[in-house]
Amino acid sequence: MTAGRYDRQIRLEGFGPGGQEALYGSAVLIVGAGGLGVPAAQYLNAMGVGRLGLVDGDIVETSNLHRQPAYGPSQVGKSKVLQLAAWLQKANPETRLETHDTYLNTHNALELIKQYDLVVDATDNLPTRYLIDDACLMLDKPWVYGALHGYEGQVSVFNYKGGPTYRCLFPEPPPSGEIPDCDTLGTLGVLPGLIGNMQALEATKVLSGTEGVCSGRLIMYDARQQLIHQMAFKRDPERQVPDQLAPTYQLSCRDEADALNANDYNRLRREQVPHELIDVREPDEFGGGHLPGARNIPLGQLGSASLESEDNLPVYLICETGPRSRKACVQLQSRFPGRAFFWVSGGMRQFKVEIL
Amino acid sequence: MTILLFGVTRDIVGNGSLSIPLNQAGSLKTVADLKSYLQKMYPDLGGLSSLAVAVNKSYARDGDKISNFDEIALIPPVSGG
Repeated sequence: MTAGRYDRQIRLEGFGPGGQEALYGSAVLIVGAGGLGVPAAQYLNAMGVGRLGLVDGDIVETSNLHRQPAYGPSQVGKSKVLQLAAWLQKANPETRLETHDTYLNTHNALELIKQYDLVVDATDNLPTRYLIDDACLMLDKPWVYGALHGYEGQVSVFNYKGGPTYRCLFPEPPPSGEIPDCDTLGTLGVLPGLIGNMQALEATKVLSGTEGVCSGRLIMYDARQQLIHQMAFKRDPERQVPDQLAPTYQLSCRDEADALNANDYNRLRREQVPHELIDVREPDEFGGGHLPGARNIPLGQLGSASLESEDNLPVYLICETGPRSRKACVQLQSRFPGRAFFWVSGGMRQFKVEIL
Repeated sequence: MTILLFGVTRDIVGNGSLSIPLNQAGSLKTVADLKSYLQKMYPDLGGLSSLAVAVNKSYARDGDKISNFDEIALIPPVSGG
C-alpha cells in the first residue's frame, strides 16, 4: 500500500490501520456496472479494497451517462466493465481489477461469487437479486443490497453472520410486470449515486469489521424529503440453504395466455418457426442492442404503424423487461383481430441475463 | 391509523401515506385485516403478490396484531438500479 494514500482513513477512530489492512486484504464482486455499480466501485477502489471484480455484459448507452459518470460519450457502445476498470485503474493503480464481461446467470454465479469475500448487488432487476441471494446463502457470503424506485432507494446487508436474507423479506419473486423498473419509471442521476455510495459504506463496514453493519434492517431512503425510514426484520426460520440454484430465476407470468418468456421465445427462434418480431423500445435502446430480424416500432408510434402483411405471420412483441410489449400486445390485438400477437415477458433483459 | 407507502404502493395510491378513519380502523385487529381492507379500497394493492408490512418499524406477519397508534408501512420489492 502506498504510504499516505489512506492516511485520513487510518486516522479515523473505529477504523484505523486494522480497518485499512482488512480492506486491502479483501476481494469484492460488484454485480452490475451501471447506476449503482459505478459509484460503489469508484469508492471501494479509492478506499483501498485490494481486489475488485466487475461483472456485467452490458455496453455503455447514451441514456446511462446522466447517472454513470465514469463513462462519457466516446465510450457509448463499449463494454461497461472494461471502461470502468480502466477508469478505476487510473484512480488507484494498486487495486487488482478483474473484469467479467458477461451477465451473472445460473451457470456462472457460484463459480464467480466463490472467488470473492462479499458481493455488491448493483443490478437493475429482480431475477438477478434472487440469484445472488440463493448463491450467497449456498456459499456463505454476505451481500450488500441496493435498489431504486423513482425517488426512493433501498439498502441492506444480507446473509451477514447468519443474518436474514432477501427471501426473508420477499420469499418469492413477483410475476413479471408487477414491479416497474428504472427504464419505465426514470430516475434522477444522483439517486443511484447516493444508494451506490451507501452500499460502498456497508461493504466497508462488513470487510473492516467496523460496527453498525446494516444487517436485519432495511433502509428506505426517500430523496424527496431526504428522510431515512427503517424496518427491522429477522431471519425467516423456514429459509433453508438451497442444495442448488433454481433452474431459472425469470419472473413468471400469471394468467397471461399471450405471453411467453424469453427462453421459450428463444426456442421458437432456434426452431425457425416463421414469425415477425417487433421491438417496441425507443430507437436509442434498440440501437444499443437488439435481436437479429427485429423491426423497431416504439410503443408510442404503434398506433400509426402499418402492419399489413400478405403471409399474416404471428407477431411477437419485445421490449426491455415486458410491460411495454404487454401493452403493445393488447393494443394490436384489438386493432388487428385477424392476426396473432404474443409478447415476450422478461424482454431483452431476460435475453441478456439468461440467453445471450 | 396512518400508513406510509413505499415503492409501487405509493404509485398505486398516488400519495406517500394514507389515513384510515378511526371508526374504520377500530375493526382492523391484525395485519391480515388491514391487508384485506386495503385491497377493497385499492384493488391494485390486492394485486401485489409480494408485499412486506412494517408495524412500528418492524417486519410484521399476517397474524400480528395492530392498533390505531401503530406506525404502519407498506414495503414492496424494488427493482431498479
